[in-house]
Amino acid sequence: MSIKISETLTFECETGNYHTFCPISCVAWLYQKIEDSFFLVVGTKTCGYFLQNALGVMIFAEPRYAMAELEEGDISAQLNDYEELKRLCVQIKKDRNPSVIIWIGTCTTEIIKMDLEGMAPKLENEIEIPIVVARANGLDYAFTQGEDTVLAAMAHRCPEQKTEIEKKIDDKSIQELFSFLPLKTKEKSNKSFTFKNKFPLVLFGSLPSTVASQLSLELKRQSIHVSGWLPAQRYTDLPTLGDKVYVCGVNPFLSRTATTLMRRRKCKLIGAPFPIGPDGTRAWIEKICSVFNIETQGLEEREQQVWESLKNYLNLVRGKSVFFMGDNLLEISLARFLIRCGMIVYEIGIPYMDKRYQAAELTLLQETCKKMCIPMPRIVEKPDNYNQIQRMRELQPDLAITGMAHANPLEARGINTKWSVEFTFAQIHGFTNAKDVLELVTRPLRRNNNLENLGWTNLIKIQKR
Amino acid sequence: MKLAYWMYAGPAHIGTLRVASSFKNVHAIMHAPLGDDYFNVMRSMLERERDFTPVTASIVDRHVLARGSQEKVVDNITKKDKQEHPDLIVLTPTCTSSILQEDLQNFVNRASMSSDSDVILADVNHYRVNELQAADRTLEQVVRYYLEKAHRQGNLNLSLTEKPSANIIGIFTLGFHNQHDCRELKRLLQDLGIMINQIIPEGGFVENLHELPKAWFNLVPYREVGLMTALYLEKEFGMPYISTTPMGVVDIANCIRQIQKQVNIWSPILLGKKFDFEPYIDEQTRFISQAAWFSRSIDCQNLTGKKAVVFGDATHAASITKILACEMGIRVSCTGTYCKHDEEWFKEQVQNFCDEILITDDHTEVGDMIARIEPSAIFGTQMERHIGKRLDIPCGVISSPVHIQNFPLGYRPFLGYEGTNQIADLVYNSFTLGMEDHLLEIFGGHDTKEVITKSLSTDTDLTWNSESQLELNKIPGFVRGKIKRNTEKFARQNNITKITVEVMYAAKEDLSA
Repeated sequence: MSIKISETLTFECETGNYHTFCPISCVAWLYQKIEDSFFLVVGTKTCGYFLQNALGVMIFAEPRYAMAELEEGDISAQLNDYEELKRLCVQIKKDRNPSVIIWIGTCTTEIIKMDLEGMAPKLENEIEIPIVVARANGLDYAFTQGEDTVLAAMAHRCPEQKTEIEKKIDDKSIQELFSFLPLKTKEKSNKSFTFKNKFPLVLFGSLPSTVASQLSLELKRQSIHVSGWLPAQRYTDLPTLGDKVYVCGVNPFLSRTATTLMRRRKCKLIGAPFPIGPDGTRAWIEKICSVFNIETQGLEEREQQVWESLKNYLNLVRGKSVFFMGDNLLEISLARFLIRCGMIVYEIGIPYMDKRYQAAELTLLQETCKKMCIPMPRIVEKPDNYNQIQRMRELQPDLAITGMAHANPLEARGINTKWSVEFTFAQIHGFTNAKDVLELVTRPLRRNNNLENLGWTNLIKIQKR
Repeated sequence: MKLAYWMYAGPAHIGTLRVASSFKNVHAIMHAPLGDDYFNVMRSMLERERDFTPVTASIVDRHVLARGSQEKVVDNITKKDKQEHPDLIVLTPTCTSSILQEDLQNFVNRASMSSDSDVILADVNHYRVNELQAADRTLEQVVRYYLEKAHRQGNLNLSLTEKPSANIIGIFTLGFHNQHDCRELKRLLQDLGIMINQIIPEGGFVENLHELPKAWFNLVPYREVGLMTALYLEKEFGMPYISTTPMGVVDIANCIRQIQKQVNIWSPILLGKKFDFEPYIDEQTRFISQAAWFSRSIDCQNLTGKKAVVFGDATHAASITKILACEMGIRVSCTGTYCKHDEEWFKEQVQNFCDEILITDDHTEVGDMIARIEPSAIFGTQMERHIGKRLDIPCGVISSPVHIQNFPLGYRPFLGYEGTNQIADLVYNSFTLGMEDHLLEIFGGHDTKEVITKSLSTDTDLTWNSESQLELNKIPGFVRGKIKRNTEKFARQNNITKITVEVMYAAKEDLSA
């Protein structure tokens, strides 16, 4: 097999035999993000066992999620779906009293064609709790795309932006809408700041609340007011949407949500690179500012300053090569950042590539490659893990970013690995967290620097047969 | 429909995969949607496997849903055949694929014509059996397939080995301390002068399965996996089997006596002598294993009559109950298992050794039972360990399902004479240690002085504004103190007296420089 490294971005598509997490895993972080929610996964033992094993310890903290485990009677339609779900939801209401119940449809509900969307409104009326339906199944989606389906479903539940309030952003009545801010902050920010964005800006993508406020703060520095987040900390605080509202994504896997916001809620989408790494964050802010016709203030210095603080890490990664096996859709943004850090990327595996939603990110990737004089990596959609391992054997990358199924076997063969899932759970957005990304990326390199002299990098026996 | 947060035994296909991937050079192909291959993660992480788990998925996606798998499964099987040349490919249905009702057997038939590997379809019903039952079934299926094949080809070797020998059936991947148990069993049999004919499935080659009948008897250490195979071998080849789990001093002796009985059927004829293992049992019990002496020692007196609760799979829960009750004099208030399918056997085993018996796979029921009984110690799975944490009751883990810490690198068998030592340690360390317990009771606790403040530094000139205070409270508790200290340190260095959110983030960024 010969490996060509071309001058332009090349897209390939393989067999789709790759390892990733099931999209229902999104409940793991979403139930923590949306504090008053309850996630009910309607599926089988297989789904339950996955959540239990993949999410490890969290399960013991009395999580606000559960399985509605389908039994033989449900599959063969001997039991009435509606009555069964009602029974469980009433119990959930009694035990937890959530503000919203989110039904996660799985492969099984797809195959037996359980009409979750049809049942939800009826049951919603009956038990008086909103029920949101998201089909996060392994037939259609990979890993982080689960969040996409949930947010897309939730976008329908955001209240409508009233049309008369497009006068001035610092109008008192509008401020009431921005209820996600604590009351005091609202008053204070009102006094000391005049925001320059004429139209409300809503950001979408689930981030830990500290990261969300860091990003809001970065925009505040540019006099841009963030009027809401999808999702907010509480379901009851969902942002208002409408045709005057601008929306911008913070994560690369949210293409359905973006489409829903544009088509169904008539919002205006700002297509920007994603705020991962200082270069991405700057490009993200610049794009938002340019949409609102705002000149950026001190952004270049800010980026420079962050790069400066990363110096020690950059010395470690410069010239090293990376191979993304692909499983969480963050790959393009991470690769772009790592190239800017001076790394060489051989291959970007990715489950699904939305070239329209990621357009700005792809352009930035291309520019970055040119700027750093590094050949364009190949982008492999729906990769085949077996082929990838053969390619890796040939290329011998300094670092493979891969799922947990392959990490230990690759390490045993002397290839440094980093688990890709960690990037989904770590704080990687904005200027402040650029360090955390490199902390993750360099950890195997630093660890193995310490072990290098021991002489046992290869730890497998040659097979006898 | 059932509201479920947690389950003791996994879905059926996990059992099949565990058996398939325990054999050497056997590949399993799952007919499953994307993301169902988390078995690979479990094996790679928990067992810390160095090799790629020989399991791939033939992905069921929208297209498959619309048109059926068509050539896909067959293609994937033949491709894997070319790539890795396995001896056997096991096509594994999942819960999703079983409701699609595709004719997987037909795919298997077609694929086996074009590939060098043998191909079989795992025959398990997803909605009726769990992980353990499926593993048992699959192992029997594989063994039967190769013995029937050997029979057809006429290379079935039915003559017994010259010296007494045994097959060990049921050691497999992700099993609770299975690797260590296997080593201990080998040592035990070696001490008795019995050869190991084969160990299946762990590390075995399917091509060697036709030699299984050469052994004098089969040893099935665990109830859950291997019994079906042993029964099949008994029925077809008249091979006797021993299913007494050699766990605890009493049952090890029982097991060895049964072995003696079995080998003495043939040895007078084939070897011209009879085996007597009694001196060995006596020597091991009294002097090699420390457990018998330990339960006599005054240390163990403190455990007399203490209340314990046991829960786990049928094998471990039953054995541990018997050990606690008869070998250590501990009062077992309740014992239970999640192996509902083995209820009858379990009840019969533990009947006289405990106050009550609980058969359930609902962890909340187990939690309620523990809360009601308030034992001094729990012996259970990882779930019971967490229940124990919440109720402040110590717990020793004695059975699957388990976490990575229950795949220790050090030698920790539960079976055999070394196993008795390990169990004694586990039990003893789980109860609050004797004297400490007394002293706590007399003086009412270790440390009665209340902590006034949690921070090390006393209040300073620094003020946190309400916004930053709020932000600080959002940070998870276990790092909050550290962040607070770092921020204040940064503020002091930069002569900042009023801490805002901006200062917090600046401090975080500064930390890296």
